[in-house]
Amino acid sequence: MVSTGCVIKDPGNSKKNKTGSWRTFKPVLDKEKCIGCDKCVMFCPDAAINKDHDINYDYCKGCGICSAECPVKAIEMIKE
Amino acid sequence: MTKEVMTANKAVAEAARLVKPKVIPVFPITPQTSISEYLAQYVADGDIDAKYVKVESEHSAISAAVGASGAGVRVFTATSSQGLMLMHEIIFAAAGMRVPIVMANANRAISAPLSIWNDQQDSIAQRDAGWLQTYVEDAQDALDSTLMAYKISENDDVLLPSMVCLDGFILTHTVEPVDIPNQEDVNKFLPSYNPKHSFLDPKEPMTLGALADPGYYFEARHAIEIGMEKSIDVIKKTCKEFEEIFGRKYDLVENYKCDDAEIVLVAMGSVCSTIKAVIDELREEGEKIGLLKIRVYRPFPVDEINDAIKNCKKLSILDKNITFGIGGALYSDIKAKINKETYGFIIGLGGRDITPDTIKEVYEKTKNPEKDVTWVGLKKEDD
Repeated sequence: MVSTGCVIKDPGNSKKNKTGSWRTFKPVLDKEKCIGCDKCVMFCPDAAINKDHDINYDYCKGCGICSAECPVKAIEMIKE
Repeated sequence: MTKEVMTANKAVAEAARLVKPKVIPVFPITPQTSISEYLAQYVADGDIDAKYVKVESEHSAISAAVGASGAGVRVFTATSSQGLMLMHEIIFAAAGMRVPIVMANANRAISAPLSIWNDQQDSIAQRDAGWLQTYVEDAQDALDSTLMAYKISENDDVLLPSMVCLDGFILTHTVEPVDIPNQEDVNKFLPSYNPKHSFLDPKEPMTLGALADPGYYFEARHAIEIGMEKSIDVIKKTCKEFEEIFGRKYDLVENYKCDDAEIVLVAMGSVCSTIKAVIDELREEGEKIGLLKIRVYRPFPVDEINDAIKNCKKLSILDKNITFGIGGALYSDIKAKINKETYGFIIGLGGRDITPDTIKEVYEKTKNPEKDVTWVGLKKEDD
């Protein structure tokens, strides 16, 4: 249940709010094509791509920015 | 206890002094201004140990009040009319964050056309926000209701802000004798505020007013409704405790000669004094008329209304506000909740005088009704 006044007493709990369910299109990286430029890591607004270019689908909202920015078209957006 | 002659604004300021708020963010506006002036004087003289925040607008006044209350201290502020309109956004936030702010509102009409005179449209327009609303009849009621508002709002079962509504000029600028309680009695009645759900402590960081997605928002709003429902019993209990210490009796409603009345007038605020005088006069002529004063408008005291009006045939509701296309707000609430032949009357908007003749016209029009909602006191076209 919600606390009185919706007060949040455990800071950092936004991690509990998994936004992956918002996604309609899912980014899928072809690691064969990837040149390791890290553009997707830097552009991802949800920090859902780590330095090893693993995409965290618990939080990826499917915005497609990574796919649009990838200079070698290594990230394809596939309908869920 | 000392007795002094004062305006209802001074009575409210005296109550605010007695509850010892720590933060007073306030912006002056007619006819509330003298409340903000008295409080500034009390703080300057050291009569209140509080931070008086001179804000640049009412939006900031209520925002600072929410911030201070969220930080865990008792807060007082006051406003009126356009100021309350400017607060509107944060009025809802205050209730949602469950911060027990107490605010006095000097009831004044809403622009346009611009008016500084009295009606109750300003606070009525905030009725859906989740604040408790008390409409006072006189200066003593203003002082006592402000004291009680803290005890009710700060109750763990309630935790909702309170608005004490006093009719602009009719009460705010009229002097009457008022009993000022002594500090020891007030301390006994109202212990210091110790919030459990919101307070500023770097060792225990917390967030107020954060985003709630559809998984949480619905329950948060429902919790406000539960607080509002529980406040009915808390108000009754608080009124009893108040009476034991201070000797003055209050309740959610006041039943004035309703028990054998055929027609009961229902009204809020200072106009009730005029209505009582008219009732006394008409009763001598054998008319079976009574008054049900709605002292507490939110929570809406449905059981108390039903109990008071059970013997009467007709209700006539006097509203100093208009919900265009429906009638008055009190009228529409009573039509929604009370099963009785009911007529609505719009009176006194923008300070139009409400005289004993106005009340008699309401009574006559209830005996011989022409339509559901009637505006009483309009000028004729050639006036």
